[in-house]
Amino acid sequence: MGRVRQAGEEVGLSTGVAETVSVLMLLTALAAAVIRPWGWPEAVIAVPAAALVVVTGAISPVRALDMMKRLGPVIGFLAAVLILAQLCQEEGLFRALGDWLARLAKPGRARSSIRLLAGVFAVASVVTAVLSLDATVVLLTPVVFAAAARSGARPKPYVYGCTHLANSASLLLPVSNLTNLIAFAASGLSFTRFAALMAVPWLAAVGVEYLVFRQFFRTDLNAPPAPAPAAPAALGARVPVLVVVVLAATLAGFAATSLAGINPAWAAAAGALALAARALLRRGTTPREIWRAADVPFLLFVLALGVVVAAVTGNGLAGVLQRVMPSGSTWLALLATAALAAAAANMINNLPAVLVLLPLAAPAGAGAVLAVLIGVNIGPNLTYAGSLATLLWRRVLREHDAEPDIGEFTRLGLLTVPAALLVAVTALWAGLTVIGG
Amino acid sequence: MTVIIWVVEGTWPACIDAGRDLAPADARIVLLHVTGGSAPAAAHGAYAGLLGRGRPDRDPGPLVAELGAASARDLLEAAASRLGRPCTTQERHGRVEREVVAAAEGAGLLIVARDGDDARLGPKSLGPASRFVVDHAPCPVLLVWPRETPSTGSMPPPPPRPHHR
Repeated sequence: MGRVRQAGEEVGLSTGVAETVSVLMLLTALAAAVIRPWGWPEAVIAVPAAALVVVTGAISPVRALDMMKRLGPVIGFLAAVLILAQLCQEEGLFRALGDWLARLAKPGRARSSIRLLAGVFAVASVVTAVLSLDATVVLLTPVVFAAAARSGARPKPYVYGCTHLANSASLLLPVSNLTNLIAFAASGLSFTRFAALMAVPWLAAVGVEYLVFRQFFRTDLNAPPAPAPAAPAALGARVPVLVVVVLAATLAGFAATSLAGINPAWAAAAGALALAARALLRRGTTPREIWRAADVPFLLFVLALGVVVAAVTGNGLAGVLQRVMPSGSTWLALLATAALAAAAANMINNLPAVLVLLPLAAPAGAGAVLAVLIGVNIGPNLTYAGSLATLLWRRVLREHDAEPDIGEFTRLGLLTVPAALLVAVTALWAGLTVIGG
Repeated sequence: MTVIIWVVEGTWPACIDAGRDLAPADARIVLLHVTGGSAPAAAHGAYAGLLGRGRPDRDPGPLVAELGAASARDLLEAAASRLGRPCTTQERHGRVEREVVAAAEGAGLLIVARDGDDARLGPKSLGPASRFVVDHAPCPVLLVWPRETPSTGSMPPPPPRPHHR
């Protein structure tokens, strides 16, 4: 991702002052994202914070522009995926998935709770990989809960499964997680090579989660299949064949564009466009709803955060981190890189963590970049204690008068995350050794 | 006398059957269901972890809570119809095991299903929540098997006699 220690040379501002300004702005942007004063979108604070680091000279306009140019295609890609997921929802894809899960675990069928768990893991892993973790959290979780309730199962293991897999199953494709999109742009890997190197780590991480869940929730999963509580609703949701075809074509398009040297974001845009055109023609949606699905304030927030983080790393943080950052692509170096990334993701959040760590990992090669991704993607399941997410979580729960069970969440995280990190990194290392970085 | 039947997903039919067959004819039967907040809380938490997507209307937590309330109503309704005797229903929210103990205050009998590891019978064939309820219930507890009761053959061989020198 190019040079990282240069702001001080380019600008008149002393490095100390520049670093202080940048760090303050980063903290302000992150704090605003947590507190959301007056319900403002996060961008309302983050964009002026980015402007301020440029105006004060903490980052030169050239470097700020450079960062935005690099993030531009990333957020375009992100917008296309967000729209794609929303349209899949409107076309009934998630409803059909819920019905499939409920059929899989028909009440009264032997081992239906465990069949349902396997089904939820399969569906959540694929949805996360193809339509990104946002789709799993926002669109799939309620559907899974409903499927569990319909089949008379206890819903907790399945809901926890969705929340965990949204993170740990987001390793496979560049589109699976915003962190991947950012790293993908910096890694120099092709879409297919990224997927080839991450396929086994993805399967390994999901496998570890599954084994731990089977054990951790054995009481709930062991409950015998009970009759359906309500009159069973008709399980006849039509599978939206066209949506599935468009998604498959989009995936093929990712590979094809990547091989042809074109940015795969265009394939995502084409897929989103195809579904949007159809939905608009059939009056299933409005341009306004599509615009809302793209979540422009979020895209602006990512862009602004990128500039602020570039100012922070450019003014000294990079130098500090470079000393603790492992170099090389031995198994141990990859593991240490992933562990460092997981720790950073837990301390703040995985989005700023990946922005900070990428420029440091990139010179060590694709292996190090992917190890950072394993850390920042699996890491957030570890614990919410002390992290930005916990603060957010507590705030949201207070608003809804709900009670967090942080102890249980943390125990589950302690059982899954270190093991998943270990097997995923080992799989990555083996992949790098066999097919090369 | 009040008989409380703790209705839990998966194991409730056995408790209902026991209540129908064993509760005295003049007993006041209460069907109790407790919704723990952990599923909506987990959904809220996952959305909170997505930094920057500050659109509260997309948070899946409230929808999960709503679905949970609906499924609890359905469950109690199905339980009442299986019971086939006059009864009242009670829905509580909070820490499941504590709410059950609190609800059993003053009751004559609490009917609970075993819901632990029944592949290996032993101390762990009671799950953590039912273990807590059995330990702290302020009234007699009737513990029923959610499946066929095991035969006496399920007992492990007796431990070896202590070796005396």
